[in-house]
Amino acid sequence: MSKLNIFTKGFFSENAVFVLLLGLCPTLGVTTSAVNGLGMGLATTFVLVMSNIVVALIKNLIPDKVRIPVFIVVIASFVTIVELTMQAFLPDLFDALGLFIPLIVVNCLILGRAEAFASKNNILDSILDGLGMGFGFAMALGILGAVRELLGGLAVFGYKLADADGMLVFVLAPGAFLALGYLIAIMNKMNKKTT
Amino acid sequence: MASKTESTFLNMVLALFLVALVASATLGYVYELTKEPIAKAKLEKKMSAIKKVVPAFDNIPSEKSQMYLLASEGNGDSLECYPARMGDKLVGTAIKTYSDLGFTKRIYIMVGFLPNGIIQNISVLEHAETPGLGDKMEKKKSPWSERFNGKNPANYKLKVTKDQGDVEAITAATISSRAYTDAVDRAYKAYMKSGTKK
Repeated sequence: MSKLNIFTKGFFSENAVFVLLLGLCPTLGVTTSAVNGLGMGLATTFVLVMSNIVVALIKNLIPDKVRIPVFIVVIASFVTIVELTMQAFLPDLFDALGLFIPLIVVNCLILGRAEAFASKNNILDSILDGLGMGFGFAMALGILGAVRELLGGLAVFGYKLADADGMLVFVLAPGAFLALGYLIAIMNKMNKKTT
Repeated sequence: MASKTESTFLNMVLALFLVALVASATLGYVYELTKEPIAKAKLEKKMSAIKKVVPAFDNIPSEKSQMYLLASEGNGDSLECYPARMGDKLVGTAIKTYSDLGFTKRIYIMVGFLPNGIIQNISVLEHAETPGLGDKMEKKKSPWSERFNGKNPANYKLKVTKDQGDVEAITAATISSRAYTDAVDRAYKAYMKSGTKK
């Protein structure tokens, strides 16, 4: 697999949200606006890249039977670092994402990449994989957030387009499922064309 | 993968111990590093909420020596009060109040009273009302909450019209409006009972 391929597969052919359907809890929970979605995606990207680096570094030192607990400790540490840093320097974003930041720990995307990729590949590839997967995740959350914001609140990145209410259902939980379903359908159509 | 370490009891314990040790040391360091900015961000948030609801002041109302607690009616949790002073003169009091009548969890709002009991302004601190309906209580979502400004609750009955009061509820969000009004009422009653003397 070429280096470029490792990076780009996270965007389309193996996109975490649209193709692998991993990490749907934060995906559906925080994407009420594009900014929230992007913020969550970037926080996840940071954790993903850092945990991939550390896992790739220590993969040969860790006995096979305890690798999962070790991965979890590594991931949980980085999540806590993100949480504290965000609370200190981006309190507004922290308020909006709230409960979902600690929940990055249990995002199966991160543990999945640590187990399936970083524990078998070298550091450079693991970084590329983390970046690609993370940005793909952030992109998906950003798109989903933007669609819901546009349809539900008639706004783009917080700027009101018209002084009226949109289709309220898209801001609420059922709208998250609807919007995600349609986006997955569009994504599948596009992937079919390219292959 | 030839160099994969064999799993023995000793090296498993050792590996977990070392990883946990490094992780906790790092977290301790980051915690120390961010402790002050976090406290500062929280204080700033509180100060900006106070500033929004009372007239201009030059003291620091959120300081421990300045603020005081008021008992709220019916054995409720006590309310935090932040007196705003200009020079020595009391210009207003910001009261952090709450209501449990909301649609989901408890809502917190900051109500600013002038010394004579007239409501100066109100700002929402925390709520989980339905986006698009109940969240119109926030200023940036709708001007609904401005109807309280400048009203004296002595001749403005703090209950929604459905409960024979004077407050017109948000369309399709009577429950949220009722909770909001209840919180304002709680603050007013506590303030009138004992707050004006301080």
